[in-house]
Amino acid sequence: MSHTLYDKLWLSHVVSSERDDHGDEVALLYIDRQLLHEVSSPQGFEGLRGRGLPVHRVDAQLAVADHAVPTRHRDRPIADPLARAQVALLERNTAAAGVRYIALADARHGIVHVIGPEQGFTLPGITLVCGDSHTSTHGAFGALAFGIGASEIECVLATQTLRQRRARNLRVQVDGALPPGVGAKDLILHVIGRLGAAGATGHAIEFCGAAIERLGMAGRMTVCNMSIEAGARSGLVAPDDTTFAWLQGRPLAPRGVHWEQALDYWRGLHSDAGARFERTLAVDAAALRPQATWGTSPDQVLALDARVPDPAAAASPAAARKIERALAYMGLAPGTALQDIAIDQVFIGSCTNSRIEDLREAAAVLRGRRKHARVNAIVVPGSALVARQAEAEGLDQVFIGAGLEWRAPGCSLCVAMNDDRLAPGTRCASTSNRNFEGRQGAGARTHLVGPATAAASAVAGHLVDPRTLMETP
Amino acid sequence: MIAFTRLHSVAVPMPDADIDTDIIFPARFLVLTQKAGLGRYAFHDQRFDADGVARPEFVLHRPAWRGASVLVAGANFGCGSSREQAPWALADLGLRCLIAPSFGEIFEANCLNNGILPLRLAPAEHARALVAAQAAQTVTVDLQQRQVNLPGQPPIVFAIAERARLALLEGRDEIDRIRAQDGARIAAFEQAQRARQPWLFADPAAA
Repeated sequence: MSHTLYDKLWLSHVVSSERDDHGDEVALLYIDRQLLHEVSSPQGFEGLRGRGLPVHRVDAQLAVADHAVPTRHRDRPIADPLARAQVALLERNTAAAGVRYIALADARHGIVHVIGPEQGFTLPGITLVCGDSHTSTHGAFGALAFGIGASEIECVLATQTLRQRRARNLRVQVDGALPPGVGAKDLILHVIGRLGAAGATGHAIEFCGAAIERLGMAGRMTVCNMSIEAGARSGLVAPDDTTFAWLQGRPLAPRGVHWEQALDYWRGLHSDAGARFERTLAVDAAALRPQATWGTSPDQVLALDARVPDPAAAASPAAARKIERALAYMGLAPGTALQDIAIDQVFIGSCTNSRIEDLREAAAVLRGRRKHARVNAIVVPGSALVARQAEAEGLDQVFIGAGLEWRAPGCSLCVAMNDDRLAPGTRCASTSNRNFEGRQGAGARTHLVGPATAAASAVAGHLVDPRTLMETP
Repeated sequence: MIAFTRLHSVAVPMPDADIDTDIIFPARFLVLTQKAGLGRYAFHDQRFDADGVARPEFVLHRPAWRGASVLVAGANFGCGSSREQAPWALADLGLRCLIAPSFGEIFEANCLNNGILPLRLAPAEHARALVAAQAAQTVTVDLQQRQVNLPGQPPIVFAIAERARLALLEGRDEIDRIRAQDGARIAAFEQAQRARQPWLFADPAAA
């Protein structure tokens, strides 16, 4: 029997299983690992206390505060009393339960989806959950990873299991090689545009093909991170030598005999020849160009040489209404060239694009250049380890020299529930994952782009294809 | 969890597609750590202007739809973030049934865990429900019979997984059930997992 990678991960975690009346498999799945953060965990810990239950497996949990934390003045107490109380509550909850907690001042602190892999907490072959929809990020390692709600967090704390419906298999086959100046973010934005914001709902996406195999772990994480923006709770890449080399020696990765045993097990984690995918989307990597979103949903995306769509040309009244609503919020006229859209702000960061590779990509564009006078720009590394690495490479000085601010790690402007928040009407080229209404502040306008495009746009003062600033061979 | 009973209520129309959980519950209110009393933040930036004054034209503020427990939404309602504050806020407004062609998957699970029925209807039936909601008609949602009744129309029979239906009707607690029914199986699985992937149970720092 041939299995997909998703099938293998599912089948190796079924505690008990049944068919529901629609013929779908619903199983109680064992959860190997849970990441916890300050925003989605308080109610789960409180529920557990109300039940008088302990955490079922403290060694399977890892906690960090990232969403509400400020990215400046980290030597001082958090100024916002609500955020300060929320972080303090996570500290108390984890201490009382005996759960590992990485404090704000810790050298390993960072965004939950950056530090999980960095510490080797994320491993191939496991099930991993977190009360955060971008938990799909960890699928880049061949882990079945998905976002959950607060009630489900409590369930995992109490039982180490979750009841789940088996997903359908969707393969995104990316053949060929990405052209220079086109990155993982451009690829996943294009895929979301093709699938639609709900196009992969009920599916697990496996990303396959030569272009995926050539991506480093950072690029694979960027791709899996945004699977949820096409509706898929999980994205997957089969683990390979790139994965194993990246993981070896990480603090929580297996060592010695366990490393060898793990490698044997991990090498079997791939879709078998002849495995059945319900759907396949084929993408020609060589034809891709840098992308930017123009609307208020991540599927409203086009190559940077395109123009904002005209609702009058939409396929249906509903599609026209969706475009009109997005253009009204974004303050854009139909037919505007994307590269004519002036910006006020640039954000380089988030669990999508805050790893060292992302910062190198942005710095390569900014080296020896200066941001446009109108543009405010911040760079928020994904973790303290990423920050120290960037500083060792002098990237912080490149950013500062170009007029960008170099901040401390956190979710920052991706979620804007901290001190970093945009004023109404502010237009931002952002390497984050959501361009929803109000996502970066009430009334703020977001254009999702890759790190090179964000950097190039900071210089130009408008959205721009970064290849225009790159040296041609 | 409160048991789900038969609903008889005016239905609120909210036809736009892709209403995400940031619209339902803006992120800046996520610093609150309680579950209760979040209804005031539901759809906050659409319901209130920049000064916090209620927009009278917003559907939930219009007299015809006040006090509704049923909402008819567009496709992909609740997409985006996993924040359970979204269903908590909707429940606090009194909403117990959401009708849409499709839902964000995490949101849908969160609704079921909070006694809210996320009801998926086929496009034609959803369109009928939306017309009724736009006319501020009173609809009946009967989970026992799996039926939605719109005034003067034949009943719409809907599909829902039996486990979810019973959980809603009985107000079941998932954690209590798992502990009572699967405790021994979980222990057995852990033992087998320890044999298959021993590195997941070892502390590398102690190795």
